[in-house]
Amino acid sequence: MTGAGVVLLTTFLAAVVEAIEMVTIVVGVGATRGYRYTLMGAAAGLVVLAVVIAVGGVALAAIPIGPLRLVIGSLLLLFGLQWYRKGIVRVAARGFAGYHGQEPHEGPPESGGFDSTAAFLAFKGVSLEGLEIAIIVVSFGASAGQLGPSIIGGAAAIVVVGAAGFALQRPLERIPRSFLQLVVGTMLTSFGTFWALEGLGVSWPQSDADIVLLLIFYALSAVTFIGLERRARLQTPEAVRT
Amino acid sequence: MSAVAGVVVAVVKFLYHYIVGDDLAVAVVMILGLAATGLMVLNGINAWWLVPPLAVAMTGVSLWRRGVWH
Repeated sequence: MTGAGVVLLTTFLAAVVEAIEMVTIVVGVGATRGYRYTLMGAAAGLVVLAVVIAVGGVALAAIPIGPLRLVIGSLLLLFGLQWYRKGIVRVAARGFAGYHGQEPHEGPPESGGFDSTAAFLAFKGVSLEGLEIAIIVVSFGASAGQLGPSIIGGAAAIVVVGAAGFALQRPLERIPRSFLQLVVGTMLTSFGTFWALEGLGVSWPQSDADIVLLLIFYALSAVTFIGLERRARLQTPEAVRT
Repeated sequence: MSAVAGVVVAVVKFLYHYIVGDDLAVAVVMILGLAATGLMVLNGINAWWLVPPLAVAMTGVSLWRRGVWH
């Protein structure tokens, strides 16, 4: 494989990891709160990212990513914990029922009002992860003297992972909203924990693989809490109203 | 001027709703947990183990305070 090919493949694989995180957030939030304002937030994130790349160029490699990760990770952690908690309560109360309407859902505003939460979440996910992809592209490309292949690798990663996320849109719509809220809350809490601590300078023992361990840890905890909630509800039937 | 004030109030309300939500104690404890982690990192302790259990514990506390469990 030529030097350009190696740079392209390396950039593609490194960018795929970040792109998966980006698309996971956008698809998860979109499936839970609707795609209209989620995609607006994602588009705004891409515009900001494009401006930053256009202005910063190769100097992007010097951006301190730590403080950004801390701020965005902390916000995702705090918001994710709210959905995590509400998802536990609703799945415990209603199981997997309720996607098509009767649930008092934590949803987007009625009658088409602007859903700032969906837009904000998508904006943050896209801008942070996009910036990380841009930094990977610039770092690999500039250090190898192969900026062109590096840009192609980064862009290809976004297109491929984005297409996979788009393909998942329909299947996700069939998942009950209460369960989806728990899943997205678990994901946001996991990503938020990972990024916030990385931003603080923590070194994760298994590097990026710890995101998966965090997901498992929070998911198992949720299952335990759901069990406790259900048992308590059986003992105190009046508490079933939530 | 009142329009500007309205925007500021709306932004503050949004941020409060977004960050704190319906349980102030969870948000405060999690921020303190992050601060404690930062302090430990500054002192050479790789404290990756603090925030995840704290998040789960605070979720349990929040659920318990709703009164269904007791």
